[in-house]
Amino acid sequence: MSDLAAHGAHPPGFAHQFETVAQQREAGQLGMWVFLVTEILFFGGMFTSYIIYRSLHLESFITGSHLLKVQFGATNTAVLIFSSLTMALAIRSAQTGKSKGQTIMWLILTMILGAAFIGIKLRYEWYADYVEGIIPGVNWAYGGAHAPGVKMFMCFYFFMTGLHALHMVVGLGILTVLVIMTARNRFSSEYYSPLEISGLYWHFVDIVWIFLFPLLYLIGGRYPGS
Amino acid sequence: MDCDGTVMMGFFQFGLNTLAAMEVPVQPPVASSIAEGVDQLYLLLTGVTAFFTVLIFSIIFYFMVKYRRRSDGEVPPETHSSLFLELAWTIIPSLICVVLFVWSSSLYVRNARPPAASTEIFVIGKQWMWHLQHPEGPREINELHVPLGVPVKLTMTSQDVIHDFYIPAFRVKKDVLPGRYSSLWFQPTETGTFHLFCAQYCGTNHSQMIGWVYVMTPTDYATWLAGGEKTESMAQQGARLFSQFGCGTCHAPEGGGRAPSLAGLYGKPEKTQSGETRVVDEALIRQAILVPNSIRIGNYQPIMPTYQGQIDEEQILQLIAYVKSLGSAERINGQ
Amino acid sequence: MSTAIADLHDSSAESGVNYLNANYGIKSWLLTFDHKRIGLLYLVSITIMFIVGGMAAVLMRLHLVEPQGALFEPETYNKLFSTHGIIMVFFFLVPSIPATLGNFLIPLMIGARDVAFPKLNLLSWYIFITGAALALYATLSGGVDTGWTFYPPYSAAYSHTNVTIVALGVFIAGFSSILTGLNFIVTIHKMRAPGMTWFRLPLFIWAMYATSLIFVLGTPVIAITLFLLGLERILHVGIFDPAVGGDPLLFQHLFWFYSHPAVYIMILPGMGVMSEIITCFSRKRVFGYEFVALASIAIAVLGFLVWAHHMFVAGMSIYAGLVFSVLSFLVAIPSAVKVFNWTATLYKGSISYEAPMLYALGFIGLFTIGGLTGLFLASLATDVHLNGTYFIVAHFHYVMVGGAVMAFMGGIHFWWPKITGRLYPDYWARIAAAIVFVGFNLTFFPQFILGYAGMPRRYAIYPAEFQVLNVMSSAGASILGVGYLIPLIYLTWSMRYGKPAGRNPWGAKGLEWTTLSPPPTENFEEIPIVTEDAYEYPVAGGNRV
Repeated sequence: MSDLAAHGAHPPGFAHQFETVAQQREAGQLGMWVFLVTEILFFGGMFTSYIIYRSLHLESFITGSHLLKVQFGATNTAVLIFSSLTMALAIRSAQTGKSKGQTIMWLILTMILGAAFIGIKLRYEWYADYVEGIIPGVNWAYGGAHAPGVKMFMCFYFFMTGLHALHMVVGLGILTVLVIMTARNRFSSEYYSPLEISGLYWHFVDIVWIFLFPLLYLIGGRYPGS
Repeated sequence: MDCDGTVMMGFFQFGLNTLAAMEVPVQPPVASSIAEGVDQLYLLLTGVTAFFTVLIFSIIFYFMVKYRRRSDGEVPPETHSSLFLELAWTIIPSLICVVLFVWSSSLYVRNARPPAASTEIFVIGKQWMWHLQHPEGPREINELHVPLGVPVKLTMTSQDVIHDFYIPAFRVKKDVLPGRYSSLWFQPTETGTFHLFCAQYCGTNHSQMIGWVYVMTPTDYATWLAGGEKTESMAQQGARLFSQFGCGTCHAPEGGGRAPSLAGLYGKPEKTQSGETRVVDEALIRQAILVPNSIRIGNYQPIMPTYQGQIDEEQILQLIAYVKSLGSAERINGQ
Repeated sequence: MSTAIADLHDSSAESGVNYLNANYGIKSWLLTFDHKRIGLLYLVSITIMFIVGGMAAVLMRLHLVEPQGALFEPETYNKLFSTHGIIMVFFFLVPSIPATLGNFLIPLMIGARDVAFPKLNLLSWYIFITGAALALYATLSGGVDTGWTFYPPYSAAYSHTNVTIVALGVFIAGFSSILTGLNFIVTIHKMRAPGMTWFRLPLFIWAMYATSLIFVLGTPVIAITLFLLGLERILHVGIFDPAVGGDPLLFQHLFWFYSHPAVYIMILPGMGVMSEIITCFSRKRVFGYEFVALASIAIAVLGFLVWAHHMFVAGMSIYAGLVFSVLSFLVAIPSAVKVFNWTATLYKGSISYEAPMLYALGFIGLFTIGGLTGLFLASLATDVHLNGTYFIVAHFHYVMVGGAVMAFMGGIHFWWPKITGRLYPDYWARIAAAIVFVGFNLTFFPQFILGYAGMPRRYAIYPAEFQVLNVMSSAGASILGVGYLIPLIYLTWSMRYGKPAGRNPWGAKGLEWTTLSPPPTENFEEIPIVTEDAYEYPVAGGNRV
């Protein structure tokens, strides 16, 4: 296959280290999956430590878990799941050749939901935690039962949700870039790889939260009498 | 260039002879009941290493000479891959590894369990010295006197960072950790003076956290033990602490108080309120003193105050000695 | 890339335009997306780090000629060995072959124009030098004294040195590894030339693929571990602090979960280089190609299962010890298989002894010794005695210096003509290789004896009876240092005065040798179509060409 022919008609966004558009798309997909595997290992280190300490200090973890604002955690879970839906719809919109306005609408909805997640967390959870004095190393005034273990639990709570929130913020940045790219007509039903790949990232961040929520907020049950 | 094979062996032999002549240590003293076994295994491993090193070096050297390029356009003959060879040099090393593993593991497992009638001595490591306490009372710093031929079990903890208690002559080593007890045991087979080293980097004066182990004949040891300042035994010191901290208020010896009686408790397996069964050993007693409501036995209420910060590692060991003196249940197995 | 591709066919050969002279100026280097230039950027960076780490080693060995320490207070010595370890492990060995030779060669060897993500590649370099700069800053502004292993509680609550800054530097550099590994995996999967099936790949590619798996799976764990350590140090929260229910052993498990596979990151690329050099200088295909290829993958996989053999005396149960011991014995087998296959490659070959081959043969010998001494440590009963002593130091230097660094030197010499288009003076190169071999053995062999005799590692001051062996070791180190300096001189010299190399000065098989030396920016005039297996050297009386 002559190189000249291959370079004849390439869509915007084609990178010249590749021979074909298909190759570029596959490489991008594989790259994102590999990246997500590294993220699993990254969060995995924290999850492992969490599992070990939870099994060693279950009562402390239950006590600590009950300090969390589960209603906001649950709301946020719903917010994120819904945002994954809007993200998928944005990709679908590009894939089926809908107008860029529609794609942008879904993207912006996703961003609003992502921002809502962070806003709820900051205002109703972390700020409240700060006021209550249960942020280790920053404002720790907990005087209840199992104090050392509860401190350990709260460390994990803030480290894990903090790391997750950081990934959300990065995701918002990525979405902003995608909105700009869409507005500049970079995507079509033939080429929407960046949307697809970013969608993978966004879904991953969502799935991490799906694990975090029960592990952190729902230890020891929340039903009356438990 | 791979005349390095024969050169290496010659150098090795020359080196060893020279070193021996210069009285350079090539081996620590063989001074404990397990040292010889460890040395034998070491020799076996050296033999395996030397065998394969010489084998590879010789074959390479031979090929290098025999198949050296003789002319510029030389084209070597075809050779074929050989599944037989691949299997052979996979399976044979695997078998050797199995043998080495079995040998080494059985030695390790045998060496890991202290004999039943061991003398216990307690060790606290702290930056940068070793505190050792004999149950009869005498305390030592950076020195350990032990009798010949008697198994000694060391129960050790650290007051700060991770240290490691290493006696090369006995071939024993164990990390000494804060917040928990670790143990090792040895039975000296030679009298003499032997190095004691800290073998886990612990800060500025890690290389000065060293000392000496003195192995004495049993009579000399008894003399040493009895001599020096008159000190209370660890159990007596523990008894004093027990009353000083008011433990008896709840832990009434005759039972029926707000807390379990400690008589005969040491070594007993107890069911905790969370359902697991734990043996009352050093670690459990220490945990009970420092984080009392993390283990609850029987139907007692979680009202024991913590003594964290009020009582140091040495005092905890003395209290443990006192609890042991109140009678043990079935001897705890092994470590 | 202003010329159309079709015009490059003869224009590069005639006009002498290659990746080195296609653009001039510092911006064209600092903003390059060309994998070859990025490989050279890395080469400069890691050479600087090697020099810094090497100077620390020289100072350490000078200090250790006296039992009471010849030069420094223990505090300074502790900072020296920590700096030496941190810089050599994280900022030299881990990136060495992958980021320099890997970046340069992978696209060339598989017949591609660049890696899958060239911009990410440049970003990796910037991330690396950011981490390295932080580490250097920490070293120069007070140092670190925790050892490269950073064990808490000492590192979290007791050390008064720049632990957090160094940990941050290593954390950042880790992302460089992760992105490089990701880039290589995607490149090898998706950008092979037509006809380049997996089992036609050069063994260097197999080795780099296995290494990249470890980069991608292991490095995130050290990142999170150092992150937790940093948080503990700053916020005093007690994840690893027993006083508040934390567990110092958890740190050790998390740390070694990466750091053991990390040693395979350090050796696998070297093994890949070995395969390339031995086959070329024996003029024969590698014996047992499939076995060597799969052995690389086996090493990467098994390497993740053995981490706790660093913790046999740390307070593990006997049963855990048994499991990790048997796995540690097993991980030796694929390495042994490779050594036997390389040896068999020499059989009935046509062997020549240029410098790359000398480094390769030295590698086989020293790696064999280093690997076999690992068995002493996999073996529980002897590890109890040897752990924490100079035996360990000798073992890992045999595999990392006698192995990985020799392989790196061999690879640099082998591909130097391709990278620079120049030949270096082989006479001096062979002398340097011999000096390195002699100096290395004199430095580290006595340390096996020291370790068995009982001398612990990381000691600034030691009992007098160990002095003779220490002096021998220090003498060796000075020789070793000379051996490393000589190539710096003649390699630099050759860049200006060396003879032009031509496309294939060694007569080697491999796609990289079919293109110009130095290669054009686009690597190939035309993307090759691969029709033969790797290393199809001509055989006497055979049909193969």
